[in-house]
Amino acid sequence: MSEMMTGAEMVVRALQDQGVEHLFGYPGGAVLPIYDAIFQQDKVKHVLVRHEQGAVHAAEGYARSAPGKVGCVLVTSGPGATNAVTGLTDALLDSIPLVVITGQVPTHLIGSDAFQECDTVGITRSCTKHNYLVKSIADLPRVLHEAFYVAANGRPGPVVIDIPKDIQFATGAYSRPRDNQHKTYRPTVKGDLNKIKAAVELIAKAKKPIFYTGGGVINAGPHASALLRELARLTGYPVTSTLMGLGAFPAADKQWLGMLGMHGTYEANLAMHDCDVMINIGARFDDRITGRIDGFSPHSKKIHIDIDPSSINKTVKVDIGIVGDCAHVLEDMVRIWRETSPQIDKTALTAWWTQIDAWRARKSLSYKRSDTIIKPQYALERLYALTKDRDTYITTEVGQHQMWAAQYLHFQEPNRWMTSGGLGTMGYGLPAAVGVQMKHPKALVIDVAGEASILMNIQEMSTAVQYRLPVKIFILNNEYMGMVRQWQELLHGGRYSESYSASLPDFVKLAEAYGGHGIRCSDPADLDRAIMEMIETPGPVIFDCLVAKEENCFPMIPSGKAHNEMILPDFEGDTGEIIDAKGKQLV
Amino acid sequence: MNTTHYPSAPTAQPIARHTLAVIVDNEPGVLARIAGLFSGRGYNIESLTVSETEHEKHLSRITVVTSGTANVIDQIKAHLDRLVPVHRVVDLTLQGEAVERELCLVKVVGKGDYRVEAMRLAASFGARTLDATLTSFVFELTGATEEIERFIKLMTVVGLTEVSRTGIAAMSRGAEAM
Repeated sequence: MSEMMTGAEMVVRALQDQGVEHLFGYPGGAVLPIYDAIFQQDKVKHVLVRHEQGAVHAAEGYARSAPGKVGCVLVTSGPGATNAVTGLTDALLDSIPLVVITGQVPTHLIGSDAFQECDTVGITRSCTKHNYLVKSIADLPRVLHEAFYVAANGRPGPVVIDIPKDIQFATGAYSRPRDNQHKTYRPTVKGDLNKIKAAVELIAKAKKPIFYTGGGVINAGPHASALLRELARLTGYPVTSTLMGLGAFPAADKQWLGMLGMHGTYEANLAMHDCDVMINIGARFDDRITGRIDGFSPHSKKIHIDIDPSSINKTVKVDIGIVGDCAHVLEDMVRIWRETSPQIDKTALTAWWTQIDAWRARKSLSYKRSDTIIKPQYALERLYALTKDRDTYITTEVGQHQMWAAQYLHFQEPNRWMTSGGLGTMGYGLPAAVGVQMKHPKALVIDVAGEASILMNIQEMSTAVQYRLPVKIFILNNEYMGMVRQWQELLHGGRYSESYSASLPDFVKLAEAYGGHGIRCSDPADLDRAIMEMIETPGPVIFDCLVAKEENCFPMIPSGKAHNEMILPDFEGDTGEIIDAKGKQLV
Repeated sequence: MNTTHYPSAPTAQPIARHTLAVIVDNEPGVLARIAGLFSGRGYNIESLTVSETEHEKHLSRITVVTSGTANVIDQIKAHLDRLVPVHRVVDLTLQGEAVERELCLVKVVGKGDYRVEAMRLAASFGARTLDATLTSFVFELTGATEEIERFIKLMTVVGLTEVSRTGIAAMSRGAEAM
């Protein structure tokens, strides 16, 4: 049965029909009819952010902490839409399902440079998975539901629906479609069985294997993580993961090698370099992972499972490329493994583990401790120790603190770790924490931040206070844009051009000004007490943790080097000599 | 030696020219999506033609001629195929020698011998005369790209003033349809 209603009412009804509980947004002229419709119902709860970029990151955090959910955003035309662009690009690169509704000037004014007009579909075409400009009320119900299908199916991503104001006022027939599928878009989810069989044979014959897993496993849902664990147990092979994939495999497991890549562990990167069979599950051979591509794992056969056909053979040629959803492919792999119960080379595997243990013994995450100043690594070790038995979710900003968080906080479950991987967006963590806390009101949600990143979206502190969201902002304050400073030390003769965080606010007073609680700590002996105070404070907290100022984030694969040319934390040479002239041209 | 964190640029790999047929929903912005994909990812477009082919189903057929290494061509196809309004991507070059034709209109202005020669050349290429005045002709020629180019080159000598070309329309040979 179809019902007559306005376009604005259709928007809200479609969100309700899709089971949307929270909508992150900011009102403005071109979305007033939709805000009026929101006012007159109470099923969809609107969360008022303080900047549209924050709305998109909050929706990302929400979606990433709640498997199967699509994050939803509502912003106005013009600046509302352009402010959302960074968030959209972030969600595109990290494959996060979002539906973002933007207001648009009335249809007859489109193209006239009207007030708060911008070409939203033009601007967002390259930073969304798909986008729509709805020019007829008759199309609106279909587009609203189709958008959710496109966002969540295949490789997930952000979808924009641009709705002119006259369409919001127009009246039309709404009925909930029986299924909200797109009429032709059908991504492949089941992998090619012959290739999967060939992959299982190759895996079984490996002498020096490694599982290299990524965000695709997280995106495929908790079931995929369970299957990955099962396959790892069946084979006994080592597992490493990208930044995006942390939590899919438990960090406490003895088969876990830690994160790989530019700031990954020695054992993970050396195992990648020396392996004979690499099984890439839902990762994409990003340049932060591979290092120098001609030196990347030169002697291995490579298997790549990815839902996006364009990811396969994009940067690294693989021997077996399987297009499909990680959960489906892993399910087939586990089934075939059980059916055929192949004989693995136990002697070779033992020797491989002995080698890996030798690399592990190098303790690449060690650092020089101090009794007088807080080392950032120590701060995170203590944060982990004091939060690991709680229902904890971690978000981060971008920089050194993000890499240290990935190294020193350990994740046992998927969907507990929200960080901007592909785009590297400073200012991601606080709004993402707001989104996570909205979904998990009782959980302990911590944004691990740097003093520079946090200032990029600090205004969302207001949102946290308004909705009584007890997010904890844990700032590793070294008074530098630390990662920029580290690269300037390594690449530019220690000339710290514009990377000093001058004129910082007093974060304790800032917290209080917003109506939250502020804590400052600079004494390692007082750190545990201060962290407990943060955890036990019922509302939002800004924790200003004053840490060693010029600490470098190691281990590190420097620019222009391969996995087996890492710098380790006990490096004692001149850091300015590590990278050669050609390497200096790179990022 | 490559010293970057990025994949090395394809060096000394043969570049091939491929003709792709892409069936898409005829919806606003679809051409911009495809053109944006090529420009955004740094691929070449040598020729691109688009027109609605099945009105009831709102389907358009886009014929795009591109060039690149085998790896780049594979990437182009994968990226085209994952666009939401794209139904199918077929590499006509891989399917054997496809029929490829384009249409051109040329305007030739001149008098006396030039005019007679233009007329003769047009006749020998089998071009049609669409418009004639005492001092000018507009010819239409349909053919393979090389033939069109030969024709235009000759016409330059006898007073060519304007050219309009459609770009390539292509189809695989044989009974099989896409």
